[in-house]
Amino acid sequence: MPATVALAVARYRPEEEPAPTLQTYEVPFREDWVVLDALNYIKDRLDGSLSFRWSCRMGVCGSCGMKVNGTPVLTCAAFLSEHLPGPIRVEPLDYFPVVRDLVVDLSDFMRKLKKVKPWILREEEKPLAEGEYRQTPDQLDAYKQFSMCINCMLCYSACPIYGLEPSFIGPAAIALAQRYNMDSRDQGARERLEILSGYDGIWQCTFVGECTKVCPKNVDPAGAIQQYKLTSAVHWLKTLLPWGAR
Amino acid sequence: MDLSACDVLVVGGGGAGLRAAIAVAETHPNLRVAVISKVYPMRSHTVSAEGGAAAVIKPGDSLEEHAYDTISGGDWLCDQDAVEAFVREAPAEMLRLEHWGCPWNREPDGSIAVRPFGGMKAQRTWFAADKTGFHMLHTLFQTTLKYDVIQRYDEFFVTKLLVDEGRCQGVVAIELGTGKIHAITAKAVILCTGGCGKVFPFTTNANIKNGDGMALAYRAGAPLKDMEFVQYHPTGLPFTGILITEAARSEGGWLLNKDGYRYLQDYDLGKPEPRPVLRSMELGPRDRLSQAFVKEQEKGRTLEGPYGHYVHLDLRHLGEKLIDKKLPFVRELCLKYVGIDPVKEMIPVRPVVHYMMGGVSTDIDGATPLPGLYAAGEVACVSINGANRLGSNSLPECLVFGARAGKVAAAFAAELKAPSPSVLTQAHDEERRLEEKFRRGRGAKERIATLRAEMHETMEESAGIYRNGPALQKAADKLRSLQERFRHLTLDDHSYTFNTEQTAALELSYMLDVAETIVQSALQRTESRGSHQRTDYPERDDKNFLGHALAYRAEDGPPRIEWVPVTITRWPPGQRVYGR
Repeated sequence: MPATVALAVARYRPEEEPAPTLQTYEVPFREDWVVLDALNYIKDRLDGSLSFRWSCRMGVCGSCGMKVNGTPVLTCAAFLSEHLPGPIRVEPLDYFPVVRDLVVDLSDFMRKLKKVKPWILREEEKPLAEGEYRQTPDQLDAYKQFSMCINCMLCYSACPIYGLEPSFIGPAAIALAQRYNMDSRDQGARERLEILSGYDGIWQCTFVGECTKVCPKNVDPAGAIQQYKLTSAVHWLKTLLPWGAR
Repeated sequence: MDLSACDVLVVGGGGAGLRAAIAVAETHPNLRVAVISKVYPMRSHTVSAEGGAAAVIKPGDSLEEHAYDTISGGDWLCDQDAVEAFVREAPAEMLRLEHWGCPWNREPDGSIAVRPFGGMKAQRTWFAADKTGFHMLHTLFQTTLKYDVIQRYDEFFVTKLLVDEGRCQGVVAIELGTGKIHAITAKAVILCTGGCGKVFPFTTNANIKNGDGMALAYRAGAPLKDMEFVQYHPTGLPFTGILITEAARSEGGWLLNKDGYRYLQDYDLGKPEPRPVLRSMELGPRDRLSQAFVKEQEKGRTLEGPYGHYVHLDLRHLGEKLIDKKLPFVRELCLKYVGIDPVKEMIPVRPVVHYMMGGVSTDIDGATPLPGLYAAGEVACVSINGANRLGSNSLPECLVFGARAGKVAAAFAAELKAPSPSVLTQAHDEERRLEEKFRRGRGAKERIATLRAEMHETMEESAGIYRNGPALQKAADKLRSLQERFRHLTLDDHSYTFNTEQTAALELSYMLDVAETIVQSALQRTESRGSHQRTDYPERDDKNFLGHALAYRAEDGPPRIEWVPVTITRWPPGQRVYGR
C-alpha cells in the first residue's frame, strides 16, 4: 500500500476566479479512510479554504455527494483504497450550478420536491383518538423502498435527461411521489398524476436507468418512473372510454 | 445587512424544530413562522437516530411504568412533572406522525409494532426498521412542505440572539451561500439545534453537532442545566464512532468480552439468558453498560485493536432473516464501513459519546428563563432525562416538547407588538464583529484544527465515563487558555461565498463555551449519579445533590454554577435495580 495518495480536487472560488480549476493535494493513505476523510485532512492541515458539505459520515444525511473519478458517490462511503493508485479526482455533482468548490446549489430540487406533494393527502382525517391507520407488513413493503431516499442528489447527477432538460422533475422527486402513491394511507395519487404526467414529468425519462445504478440506498427511482408510466398510460386509456376515468 | 421579520423563528430543522414549526402553523395560522437552519432540514442529525421511539400503546403497559423506567433510568434527577407530561403526550404525538405517513413497522394485523429497549420494563418502542430517526425526519420535513405559511432559511448560520428590553427578539445569521449577514427579528425564538457531541473526539454525533443553540442561549444570559451528564452509548464502531443501535441488543444481541463471556453478568445487571430479558443484562441502561466496559477493560478482558480497546457484539444467533428485517441498517453499516457481515461475524464495539442529557434550561413548556426564548429537543434540558437518558426517549421528546414549545411560543408571539427598533443596533454591532474577526483577522497564528484537537483531548481525559476532581480542574484551566488562544485564530479563507472555514471557527467558539460548562458542572457535582461518575466521590448523595446544576456565563472566568432542586411528584429517590 502507498504511503500517500494524490487527490485532484475541483476548486472554484467565484470571488477570485472565473472558472473551475483542479488543485492537487497529497494526503496520507490509510486503509480505513474514505474520500471524505482525505478532504477533511486537506481542510484541517493543508488548505482551510477548501469548501464541501458533510455531516453524518454514515451514509444517511445525504450531504456529501460528489463525483469521485467521474462517478457520483457519497464520499463518506467511498474508500480511498477503491480508487488507487490516484490521483483521485474529486468534483462537484454534475448538472447543478456550482456555488463554490465542491458545493452545488440544490434549490432546483427543493422546488421540485414540494411540487410533487410528498405528504399524505386524504379526503377526510380520522381523529387521533381512533388510533392508527392499519397497514399490514405487505402494504408497508409496497412503498418502503421508495421511502428510503436520502435526497443525496446522486441520481440527478447521473441522469443524462436532467442534464439536457433541467425542467425534468427528476428521479428522486418522482420516487418520492410514488412513495406516497403506493402508501395505503394516501389518496393523493390522482392529484400527483396530473403533475407528473405533464410535460416535465415522467414522460421525459427515456429509461436510461443510471439513477438506479448510482443510488446508494437501492431506492430504484427508474423502477418508480416505469411503474408511474404504466399507471399514467392506463389512466389515459381510461379517459378514452365512454364512462371516463374513475 | 439584510433585514427580515417573522413572528416565531425556529432555529434548527430537525425533529423538534419541524414539529415546533407545524405546531405554530396549526395553532396560529395567522402568524409568520420560519425555520432557520445551517443545513437543509433533511440533513439534520435526527436522521441518524436508529432504534426507535418510546410511547405507551400496547395493552398491559402503562404511563406509570414508562414514567418509572424513565425516572429510575435517570437516577432520580428527572423532573417528575415533566416526565409525567412526556409519557402522557408521547402516544398521541407518535400517532400523529403515523397519520402523517411515517412508515412504522407493523404487526401482521396492521397495528403498530413495538420492540423492547434498554431500561424499559415493557415493550413500547415504536420503530421503522433501524432507521427510525431518518423516517421520522423525512416524514416531518415532507409534511412541513404542505404548510405554505412555514418559511425557510436553509443554510443560514445563526451567530447571535438579539436580546432587548429583557426579551429575545430575533437572531443575526450568515447566509452561507453568499456570506451576507441577515438580521431576522421575531417575537419568539425556539432553539432546536440538537446536541454537542463534537466537543468530544469520539462520538456518534454528526459534524454539525456543536452545541450552537446551547452557546447562543448561554451567551444571551440563559443558564445551561445538567451539563455534566454526557451519555456514552455502549456500542459504537471503533474509529468512525458509527452507532450500532441498541435495537441490536433488544432483538437479542450479546455483548462478549475477549473470552466470549457475557461480562455484564459480573456488574449487577442480571443473569445471562438466551433470550433478551427486559431491564436486564444487554437491556440494562446505557450508563451502566458503558461503565461495565471500562471495568472490563481494567481487568484486561477486552480486546485491543488499532483504535483502542473494544468488545464484541454478537448477532450471529439471530439469523439472517431477522437481521435483514429488523436491523438492515446495522448490516449495511457493518458491511460498508468495517467489512464485517454481522450474520456471520461479531461486531467490534466500544462506548462512544452519544447524547447530552443537559442543555438550555427550560420549564415544562419549553420556555427558558429569558422571555421570548424557548428550546426543545436535545438542545434543551426540561429535564426528562435526568442523569441518564433511556434509549428511545429522545425522539418522542423532540415531538412532545417541540409541539409544546411551538404552541406556547406562538401564543406568546400573538400577544406582542413588533420588536423594538434598537435591536437593529445590536445586529449592526454583530455584523461588525464578524467582519473584523473573520475577514481582517490576518497576522494571528492559531489554527482551528489545533485548538479543536486540544479541546478534544482535554474533554476525553477529564469528562469521560469516569471523572475526578484534579483532572477536571486541569481541564477547566486548559479550556480557559484555549478560549484565550481562540482570540488569535487565523483563517486561510477570507471569502464570502460558502466559507465553511468561517463556520467551523464559529462552531469551535460555541464548543469551547459548552465544554467549559460541562467541565465546571462536573467539577462541582461531587457525587456519582447516572452518567456522571466521580472516582473521588463514588456514591450518590441525595442530601446535597438531588438538584440541577445551572451554568451561567460569567463576564470573565469559568461559568458560575447555581443549584435548583429536582421536582419530585410520585417517585421518591430509590435504588436503581436491574436484572433482579
